[in-house]
Order: sequence, then C-alpha cells, then structure tokens
Amino acid sequence: MSRPNLYFVIVGTRDNPLYEAEFGPIARGEVAKKDDLRHMNQFVVHAALDAVDELVWGTQAMYLKVVDRFNEWFVSAFVTPGGVRFMLLHDTPNTDGIRNFFLECYELYIKVLMNPFTEINAPIVSGAFDQRVRAHARKWL
Amino acid sequence: MGTVVAPPAGRVVHFLQRTMWSYSSSLWAYHRNAAGQLSSGNTTVRGTRLLAELCLPDFALLSNARMSRPMTVGKRPPILDRNLNKTRGSEVSLSAFAFLFSEMLQYSQKRVSGIQDLEKKRVCAGAALSDLGYRVGVRMLELILFRERNAKRETRVLGVLYFINTTVWKSLFGKPADSLEKGTDNDDEYMISDNDPLITKYISVPREMSSLNCGAFIAGIVEAVLDGCQFPARITAHSTGSEQFPSRTTILIKFDKSVMLREKALDAGR
Repeated sequence: MSRPNLYFVIVGTRDNPLYEAEFGPIARGEVAKKDDLRHMNQFVVHAALDAVDELVWGTQAMYLKVVDRFNEWFVSAFVTPGGVRFMLLHDTPNTDGIRNFFLECYELYIKVLMNPFTEINAPIVSGAFDQRVRAHARKWL
Repeated sequence: MGTVVAPPAGRVVHFLQRTMWSYSSSLWAYHRNAAGQLSSGNTTVRGTRLLAELCLPDFALLSNARMSRPMTVGKRPPILDRNLNKTRGSEVSLSAFAFLFSEMLQYSQKRVSGIQDLEKKRVCAGAALSDLGYRVGVRMLELILFRERNAKRETRVLGVLYFINTTVWKSLFGKPADSLEKGTDNDDEYMISDNDPLITKYISVPREMSSLNCGAFIAGIVEAVLDGCQFPARITAHSTGSEQFPSRTTILIKFDKSVMLREKALDAGR
C-alpha cells in the first residue's frame, strides 16, 4: 500500500509559519513527476487559512476537520485555544487518524511552548520536536 | 529598591500548583544569584532575566542544558518526554514565589524610566510587568485547556470573561476572582476584581510610587489570554482598595472595536 502524500505546517498567530514538514513519497522524492507541484502545497494551505478564520467563530471545537479542497487535495485544520493553527494537506480522507495526529502534535507544541526560552510566534527548530512529529505521522497517517 | 517584600518562612500555598512541574532548578538559580555568584557583567543580566522568566508557571520546564546543573537528584528527562498532566508535588511555597516576584520587580525597575513604563509600556523588550505577565498568560491558556477534559475554544465575550474569572484564576491563585462586572458607562468595558491578590500579598508600595500597582502582572496574563482567544483589548490594573480590602485590585478590560462588532454579528447570526 502506498503511503499518502502529506504536508504539515504550524501557523502562528500572525500567519507566520512556525514549523513545516512533508511526509510520504513526495518528501522522499519518489514521485519525480509531482515534484514540480511541491511549491503548491504552501499556496493551497495558505489559501485555506481564510476558510479557517471564518470557521473558528462558528464552532468551539479545536479540530475543524476538512476546511478546504483543491483538486484532489484536502486541507484539515486544528486551532489551539491560543490561536495557533495546525494545517495538514492530504490526498486521502482520514478523519480520525488526523484528529489523533493533531492532538499528539498539540501536546508536543505545548511542551515546546512551556520552555521559558521559547519566544511566542518564533519558529520551532528543535530536532527532537521534528522527530516526534514524524513518528506520530507514521503512526496515525 | 522601593519594594519591600517580607515573606514568612515555609508557608505553603497552592500557588500555581497545577501548572508547575517542579521548582528546584529555579530555586537553585535564585540562591545562586542571591549569593552573588553570577557576578560577571553579562551573566548577572542573564541570571536576573532568567529569574524573571522563571516566575512563569512553566519555569520548571527550563531545560537542564541551558543552566549548568540544577539541584535535582538524578537526571531530568528532556522537555518532550515530560508529562504535561503531572501536578502532584509541584506546589511552590508562597515565600519562594514572593522572592522571585520581588526579583522580577527589581529587574523591571532597573530597565524602565517611570512607573507607567514599569507597569505597561513595551519600552525595552519584555521588561515591563505586563510583558512578563503576558509570557505567563500565553502558556497558561494552552496548558489549562490541554488539561481540561473536552476543552473548548471560547468564541464569545462573556464566555471568555467567565473563563478568566473562574478557570484561569483558580489555576493561578487557587480561587476564583471576587467579582466580574460590566462597566456602567461603556458597553465594551468589563472589570475583574480580586479582593486580595496573591501576587501583591507581601508587597508594600512606597509612598512616592503610590500609583504603581503590581497587578499589572496579572493584567498582562489577562491580556495574553484574551489575545490568544482573539479578543484584542486594552487592559489596565487599578488599585481599588477599601477599608475592608486594602489591596483590592481591579483589572479593567476595554475591548477593541472589532471585538464588539464581531459579537454583534454573532448575536445576529443566532
């Protein structure tokens, strides 16, 4: 079974990216043909932020499920109480797996935030964080 | 220093108990600093700055790598391995907190030019009391809701105010705030009052600085929580002491216009 292609990004309160990662064949460069579309990931996710901004006021849930679509791509979003948005671009629907993945990432994000040296809205460069996120992506997605 | 702090020995309160993981490393930093061991120019600033930051409810999470060696027995796990829900045995004594807070005041005071700056103005990055509070608030918001079962994001003005009044206050000070009122003159003003704020318990403000209210720290926390929930507001702390409650402090919240407009739109949409 082929692994789905995924693009994950954490967006800060000022619409600035804090962390981004790609999983699946695209990330390993196995899909040479699609390589030229990689830059589209950022466009699609960025466009979906508008949809998120509208949706957040209609619900109190943190997990917003699929917020936007672009061709065969879905964008799922998760909003923390502090206004940080987790966005995931994926090409296969998988609501529960993504929910769990977001929750795990949320916990990791809080742990990073708890470090008093962490500046608010600063990019997360921790290697350990990156490893954990990738491990959770393998587990849930 | 103008601020006098006289903490009683060994009095344990549940201050920040749910948010603190352990405090030994920061206490260690405090004592080290107090002993004047961090004396070379740059280190002192760093040490004091550290201390101010340590007052954050999350201070215990300070990674071991950044400070040489804390007093804890055994090795502490890396941040990402620690349990976010562990709250038992993580209380800190009020006296220890009072020491830290007095140190923070001194840190701020050295870096600002007047009382207003000390309370509010973002003159030099992060030195004012409300800035320090802001750093606490941002983390508190995420942490409190993470620990709560079926947590919800607040989308309405009253909801978020009630959340601050009860949940945030309880997890910070062990009790809800004493009152939450709506301003009589303006629709966009709300007031949260505490009859005897824990933060200023052992602080007596000298006469020449009588306009200073250390509740500015709490105001910073409130501001961060509101900002996080996307309710931008102007927040100030005022002394409203009476004979019965001399240290009563009121946090005045004036919401941004955009918030009131959105609230109206949401009301209409119901």
